[in-house]
Amino acid sequence: MPRDPEAMQAGTLSRRAVLRGGAAVLGGLFIGIELPAGRARADEPQAAGAALSAFVHVPAQGRVSLIMPAVEMGQGVYTSQAMCMAEELDVGLDQIEAIHAPPDREHYGHPIFYVQATGGSTTTMAWTEPLRRAGATARAMLVAAAAAEWSVPTSELVTARGVITHPGSGRAQRYGDVADRAARMPTPADVPLKSPEQFRLIGTRARRIDTPDKVVGKAVYGIDVRLPGMTFAALTASPVLGGKVEHVDEAPALAMPGVRQVVVLDDIVAVVADNTWIAEQALRALDIAWSPGANAALDQAQLWADTETAATGPGVTVRKEGDATGKLAAGALVEAAYELPFLAHTSLETQNCTLHVHDGACEIWVGTQVPGYAQAGAAQVLGIPPEKVTVHNHLIGGGFGGRLEAGPIVTATRIAQKVAGPVKVIWSREQDIRQDMFRPLYHNRLKARIENDRITAWHHRVTGPSILARWLPPAFKDGIDSDAIDGAAEPPYALGDMLVEYVRHENGVPFSFWRGVGPNSTVFSVESFLDLIARKSGADPVALRRGLLQKNPRARAVLDAAAAKAGWGTPLAASAFGARRGRGVALMHAFGSLLACVAEVAVTDGGDVRVTKVVVAADIGRIINPDTVVAQVEGGVVFGIATVLHNRITFAGGRVEQTNFNDYRLLRINEMPTIEVELMASTEKSGGIGEPGTVIVQPAVANAVFAATGVQLTRMPLDASLIARSV
Amino acid sequence: MTAISVNRKTYEINATEDTPLLWVLRDELGLTGTKFGCGIAQCGVCTVHVDGMAVRSCQMPVGTVGERAITTIEGVGETSAGARVQKAWLDLEVVQCGYCQPGQIMSAAALLAANPDPDDEAIDAAMAGNLCRCGTYVRIRQGIKHAARS
Repeated sequence: MPRDPEAMQAGTLSRRAVLRGGAAVLGGLFIGIELPAGRARADEPQAAGAALSAFVHVPAQGRVSLIMPAVEMGQGVYTSQAMCMAEELDVGLDQIEAIHAPPDREHYGHPIFYVQATGGSTTTMAWTEPLRRAGATARAMLVAAAAAEWSVPTSELVTARGVITHPGSGRAQRYGDVADRAARMPTPADVPLKSPEQFRLIGTRARRIDTPDKVVGKAVYGIDVRLPGMTFAALTASPVLGGKVEHVDEAPALAMPGVRQVVVLDDIVAVVADNTWIAEQALRALDIAWSPGANAALDQAQLWADTETAATGPGVTVRKEGDATGKLAAGALVEAAYELPFLAHTSLETQNCTLHVHDGACEIWVGTQVPGYAQAGAAQVLGIPPEKVTVHNHLIGGGFGGRLEAGPIVTATRIAQKVAGPVKVIWSREQDIRQDMFRPLYHNRLKARIENDRITAWHHRVTGPSILARWLPPAFKDGIDSDAIDGAAEPPYALGDMLVEYVRHENGVPFSFWRGVGPNSTVFSVESFLDLIARKSGADPVALRRGLLQKNPRARAVLDAAAAKAGWGTPLAASAFGARRGRGVALMHAFGSLLACVAEVAVTDGGDVRVTKVVVAADIGRIINPDTVVAQVEGGVVFGIATVLHNRITFAGGRVEQTNFNDYRLLRINEMPTIEVELMASTEKSGGIGEPGTVIVQPAVANAVFAATGVQLTRMPLDASLIARSV
Repeated sequence: MTAISVNRKTYEINATEDTPLLWVLRDELGLTGTKFGCGIAQCGVCTVHVDGMAVRSCQMPVGTVGERAITTIEGVGETSAGARVQKAWLDLEVVQCGYCQPGQIMSAAALLAANPDPDDEAIDAAMAGNLCRCGTYVRIRQGIKHAARS
């Protein structure tokens, strides 16, 4: 957790960090890390030219450098951030170069979270205005420099594609011609921004700036870094969670050609070799005796049972309106509990980190969502000031929350500390899963009172750990984790008297953020429960929801759009996959966005489920790049289908039972549904879209399975044996 | 010492013959466009062409390559199918994080070279071994059809 005095200013954080609507999500902070206070050394590639601000550098010749405060991990933010700056700066996306921001909270700290992190589907909502302002301010400085040179009023100058023109005299010069003088001018305050009807870039289908290098193998991810004299390290942790090294005979590894060194830490054994393959083979040749420690008896059934027990214990009140408890005691009750499993991140780029520790300094090459924590974590391990640690950030081969933690970078630093020269530490897939910090177990108990086919009282109790309490204590207020209860505290519906409670329960398994965060558990539970109520009261699931949305026309419009596009109520065509067919609906309001989803499934007699079609309608406010928004919904839906159909991490004897993609299944192209996305025109404030697709499809699929089979499963993922025809 | 041909260039290799081609490409030759993802041929991010056939390089000992021609993502743009797939991937904005896409493109290019007009079933059969965690499959399918028409 941060012990940074600034970060602990609760007044700042309570305002900036604890936003409603899923925004209270940011980078995991490694316990005990102190954040650096000042500016760090510059990153590579260097921003070129005259610095007009921390975000815009204009060189005499060539492309304008735009420095990207939020990292690119596939979600398209290098393009959308560049669009915001380029829009106001009046340059084309073909005239800019995107530069990874260095660790520097002063300039690149998240406007909502304060710390430097990319996550929580917040980049657009947090950075759009600051980056537009940066572009507009830089443009104003360039125009002022040209106006001074030509002795004309700035109002007579026009700009387009990096050229300043004075139409009256026909004079023109490029931004690069005046950049040096512009950089020496005072920075103007309150430069006006364009009105939306003046936009030339924002709202258009802009081509992504990061993808051309990615299709030809030129893009450099952290795992691709190469340095002269570099060695390669493979590592293993104890099979039992938290186990320690008891004894290891290094000889079998050291005897292998190409092996340089065995590094033994209290909890990690690593082999350093001439290439990754040798390092991995030598690691396997070692017979390591582990001391299993306190978790030797950790067992999945017990973990579920402990969570359920905790869910009956004392909790804190998140929201209370009317007398839900009294009404619920009066009868006509529907009640259910929904349980969500541990999940691994499994980005295809496994965890990796390249370091060179030398002469009281450290260089790090890595792709991270939290460059400041990377720097701070390494500095703390090495006992050197943060400014002695240079972080070269890279493109990320899948984030999903898995690179919001400094943990792997800290582990790699502890290894590199003992290695002469640069070393690339690569996690095997098996170690990437075993050493992950998982999406935690969540338990949701819901009760509702139904009177005359109306919901008149609602009780939702969320049980799970607090990620926020671990790394941002000021955001954990009054015993409430605002992420864990997001989606439960303010569902879009009118549900009568309300009681929402939170029970903080932690079980010793490492946990962290995971695509969709708190709403993955709360929205799943609310939407499943509504379908249970619909089933018990004989109501149509869409009609039931519409009835609860009379005071929320924006949400109802989204629901109606999805239902209409999906042909809700029309017969389902036969499927070759399975005879039992069903359609399910779900609605959410989180991350500042409203989404509705209709999923269609086919279920075999054996209980196997195939999702055949998914329709999503989304009102996410004003959109920067619509094609990227559609791509994020499509990808999020695929991610969510794998989750609800296949994914769980389980423990037996303290060991993670899953090892690789053979037993932690991702969705494959042959299992794909058709996916249709409708974006609603909206001028509301921009919401986030990196995570909602993952959240919304899971209950829609589960509800479709309920419709197809008559069985509502309450512990995820879907268990074929419980919906087989014979059951 | 082994010699292999990669992207029409011959390389002398120091690695032992049992070393998977993947690690020779990445660690020794510096051709890092070919990715590591699972090490057990479950994800396909390491896919290269061996005489035009899509092969998981994590499972191919470099000593078994022999005279056969290796093509990687860095070289596949020199082939008609590879260039069309790469262009289609940009035209349709298939790519998100992009880490799996070298493998997707290599599998798609091998498919198109063998089957100029694949239907959905053929696409499923050729591409089911390539995982994408970002979930770009909708556009991968569209991209292959777009490349086939181009």
